[in-house]
Amino acid sequence: MAKILMKGNEAVGEAAVMAGCRYFFGYPITPQSELPHYMVKRLAEVGGVFLQAESEIGAVNMSFGAAGSGARVMTSSSSPGISLKQEGISYLAGAELPVVIVNIMRGGPGLGNIQPTQSDYFQATKGGGHGDYNLIVLAPASVQEIVDLTIDAFDLADKYRNPVMILGDGVLGQMMEPVEIREVQVNVPEKTWATTGAKGRKPNLINSLYIVAERCEEHNLRLQAKFKQMAKDNIRYEDYLADDAEILLVAYGTSARIAKGAIDRAREQGIKVGLVRPISLWPFPYEHLAEVAQKVKSVLVVEMSAGQMIEDVRLALNGSKPVDFYGRLGGMLPVTSEILREIEKLAKGGRSNG
Amino acid sequence: MLQEIIMAGFGGQGIMSMGQLLTYAGMLENKHVAWIPSYGPEMRGGTANCGVTISDREISSPVVFEPTAAIIMNRPSLDKFEPAVKPGGIILVNSSLIDKKVQRTDIKAYYIQANELAEELGNSRVSGMVILGALLELTKVVNFDSVEESLKKVLPEYRYNLIPLNRKALEKGAEVVRNG
Repeated sequence: MAKILMKGNEAVGEAAVMAGCRYFFGYPITPQSELPHYMVKRLAEVGGVFLQAESEIGAVNMSFGAAGSGARVMTSSSSPGISLKQEGISYLAGAELPVVIVNIMRGGPGLGNIQPTQSDYFQATKGGGHGDYNLIVLAPASVQEIVDLTIDAFDLADKYRNPVMILGDGVLGQMMEPVEIREVQVNVPEKTWATTGAKGRKPNLINSLYIVAERCEEHNLRLQAKFKQMAKDNIRYEDYLADDAEILLVAYGTSARIAKGAIDRAREQGIKVGLVRPISLWPFPYEHLAEVAQKVKSVLVVEMSAGQMIEDVRLALNGSKPVDFYGRLGGMLPVTSEILREIEKLAKGGRSNG
Repeated sequence: MLQEIIMAGFGGQGIMSMGQLLTYAGMLENKHVAWIPSYGPEMRGGTANCGVTISDREISSPVVFEPTAAIIMNRPSLDKFEPAVKPGGIILVNSSLIDKKVQRTDIKAYYIQANELAEELGNSRVSGMVILGALLELTKVVNFDSVEESLKKVLPEYRYNLIPLNRKALEKGAEVVRNG
């Protein structure tokens, strides 16, 4: 199959269309605006609906309506806009609606800036809205992986009747890389629960209101059982030169790419260093990480944040190894040479941040 | 082979498209490629730049921190990117628009009267292609045919008539640096 050059944001859109998504509700915000821009044109070509809502809150609730009627739906934004969507995301989780949500992260807190960061990890993986719920959170590191994970995200959302988040950053959204656009076998499961008109059957109800505490607990227990299954079946990661590593880096998305560059340079100096790149941030690959880390001397987490995923790394290792951190904040990117310097410190038996 | 190239100038000079064209050409040669635009506050004031990475290996950072080569199409871009170029790297300056000289001695500077050369060819708008031709000649990062082939991918068919002019512009730029 021929390759074409695409921006990450556009690739999300094309992958969504490939996966049978015909409804997109959004509101522009840099650095993800190319996605709604792409969808305006593309959805018109395939007979879908693009709607620029009056706000992010409008867009997420329109997604609720479309998903409730059984459609494959996407909404997208960047950090501040995703904060606005959180109430709606909690409602989607509560009402068990499959929607794919895209967050192309930018600098925060507050209005921050439009530069790439990874500082919404907590919000994405620990429940940005209220209530006991989880999203499957997938973190691509290349434009091709954006395509592959976006297609999977629609299947997973339908499989579990749960929102799924694609978590990228400004670099991934803005960069162009070659992608293979392939034929996708779209298999949308039958949605007997959807509100499609109750002629000849009992009405369906899409709802997250359980006013009697006993019923709400039952609902929550059922959701928890589902989240447990979701967590078991959807762990994804990539290992890079991790087999013989004495120093293990843990990074995802753009940070992981830059970390790989630093690892290559450290290997040229004979330093045995490798990487585990979590691809699913929820569920997090706790067990795999613990297993790989058994053989290493030290662990370095690299993030474009003040240190968020590091908490999951520490949980995984449960105090068995020292865990150091290197991060850049506010839209600054870690540079290969800076990560290399931290690796060199660890190789000499020092600490990276201590 | 790893070439990390910065292209920088005013908005409207075709900087972004030139970068995409080179990226496309690298892809056609089955190399690993990445293109990334500047989209942050540095765009205010009318400067535009993009990074192009072409490599035999998987590309780690798509963001170019230390370019092996820089194409500089305006004065503010020279001030910004001259310090960033990797020692031993090259810097191509459009001397039609920039009268300042490169101060560093650990990089090789080339001054190309890209606008005048483009006008001689009959269209000042191919000044970017003149300087791109110089880059190709100096770095051999991709070959001329791949760039020509890429033009067919990025241009709509009714613009194909411009391809021979663009090819001439590439060759002109190459000739200038070849002859010193």
